[in-house]
Amino acid sequence: MATNTTAVQAGAVARPRAASGPWRDAFGRLLKNRLAILGLVLVSLFLFFGVFGPILAPYPYDQQDLKAIFANGNRPLPPFSPNHLLGTDSLGRDMLSRLLDGARISVLVAFTVQVVIIVIGVPVGAIAGWFGSRTDNILMRITDVIYAFPDLLFIILLSVAFRETPFGQALDGLFLVFFAIGLVGWVTVARLTRGQMLSLKETEFVEAAQAIGVRDRTIVTKHLLPNGISPIIVAITLGVPTAILAEATLAYIGIGVQPPRASWGSLIADGQKYVRGEPHLVVLPAIAIALALIGFTFLGDGLRDALDPKLKGKQ
Amino acid sequence: MIAYIVRRILWIIPVLFTVSIITFFLMHAVPGGPWDRDKALPKATVDRLNAKYGLDDPVYVQYITWATKFVQGDLGPSYRYTDRTVNEIVADGFWTTVQLGVMAFILAVVVGVPLGIFAALGHNRGPDYLATSVSIVGIATPSFVLSILLIVFFAVQLGWFPTGGWKGPQYWVLPTIALAGFPIAIIARYTRASMLEVTRKDYIRTAHSKGLPGQSVVSRHMIRNALIPVITILGPTLAFLVTGSFIIERIFGIPGMGQFYITSISTRDYSLLMAMTMLYAFAVAFLNVVVDVLYAYIDPRIRYS
Repeated sequence: MATNTTAVQAGAVARPRAASGPWRDAFGRLLKNRLAILGLVLVSLFLFFGVFGPILAPYPYDQQDLKAIFANGNRPLPPFSPNHLLGTDSLGRDMLSRLLDGARISVLVAFTVQVVIIVIGVPVGAIAGWFGSRTDNILMRITDVIYAFPDLLFIILLSVAFRETPFGQALDGLFLVFFAIGLVGWVTVARLTRGQMLSLKETEFVEAAQAIGVRDRTIVTKHLLPNGISPIIVAITLGVPTAILAEATLAYIGIGVQPPRASWGSLIADGQKYVRGEPHLVVLPAIAIALALIGFTFLGDGLRDALDPKLKGKQ
Repeated sequence: MIAYIVRRILWIIPVLFTVSIITFFLMHAVPGGPWDRDKALPKATVDRLNAKYGLDDPVYVQYITWATKFVQGDLGPSYRYTDRTVNEIVADGFWTTVQLGVMAFILAVVVGVPLGIFAALGHNRGPDYLATSVSIVGIATPSFVLSILLIVFFAVQLGWFPTGGWKGPQYWVLPTIALAGFPIAIIARYTRASMLEVTRKDYIRTAHSKGLPGQSVVSRHMIRNALIPVITILGPTLAFLVTGSFIIERIFGIPGMGQFYITSISTRDYSLLMAMTMLYAFAVAFLNVVVDVLYAYIDPRIRYS
């Protein structure tokens, strides 16, 4: 509808501002929201460190500085040690480098899981909502089953079942975990997309499109999805912290990422033995997780308010 | 309404059936078997054990055997704890896990709902910022991190509570808080958003303009309406608390069911794993029905056919 109506209006009335559009308006509203800006900044930093982390890291994430910890009585180096800004872990590996590897893993989670969720959830929801009746019934019953599955149990089971296959070895065992997290997570997006389809299906512009003989496929992809996309974008943004949290939790109990790779969750698991003497081993990765979760939550909240002007004034 | 409830409850059966099939075949796709030990057992022994437990049958035969016993309430033998049946193991840990989950649930509701109301009433002022900060900390701190922090401060440094175990009320405090942290934040956020939504409704303006005292508008009109959507997240929250407590149980050494959650997979203890999955799946499916019914009961505008 976005493009259609603006095109019509442009002919009929002079448009108020040259470069105005629903997306641009939404972006303007987003930039007026201080928490959303903070979220945007945190998310940008997170992506930056995830992508360029290995280049910025002073050492490889698995390189041990045995001399340094030997000189320290075989204890992890505290932060602000010479050569190691954030100290080292108990094996003499540079904490900053390991945190940056963790950032890379978390960025991969954030990205891969949401791709799986979109690729499965949006088509399933769109098909269910558009065709309705029996198709809808069957697809929604499938989501019921996935919904009832104990998430973590299913993810753990999948991870263990396919660990030995090439699929399970991809990306140091991470790909499988991401895939499993996405596989239990698409249901929410499917239901949301379906709801959007159902309500938009009854609108006049869809009726008009049908009347002039536009094909179903075109109506769904060109008219329904662009109009119903805002809540889906919000749900996906708010789904990122869930995915990051799930990966960190699994890594904490030793599933998913294989050593010597350093997920933030596994860093905490390694560090908790030393938490009294060397709290930085737990505190630093915990802060990293917290900032990533906060960033996506604020950005998601901000997007929701920005994309839905009806809620204006609520912020 | 009764017909609706019955239909929803009956619908749980095919859901559980599908869940059991997927889990069963996935489980048997995991390489290795329940007799894998650090020191490999002789092949003859493994064969004898497999024959004894029917593990040499085709998988679909094993599934039928399992399903037949399951509907009769027999969860089968444990392959790892060979002196106990799965029924006994589950019965031992079940109530501990439920107790922990329910305590955390109550704490989450009792803290989360007032926190959200408090934030909405002081919108964009001190109370809002305070309550919002609390919920941000809850969202940003994974339960395992919260557990470690609670243990370090309250058990190790201050010595107020034991670091682990499950022998009495003082053992319950830290695990309950650790488990409730995240749901408190979610419930508070939800309540706040819902309250703010209601604040702008016409009937609230009407209530104010007909001269009702502010307090009674808040308690009689706003809170009652604002809590309706909050109820929808309570079911998933309780399910999350009961199924998600295994990490907390692990960290605090609590003898609940959750400890078997991961070990049953790594030791290929097939019948124990099936029992866990079915219990959790039932809990989730059942709680969803309860919430939907409760929802219709509280909000007369919703009618199921």
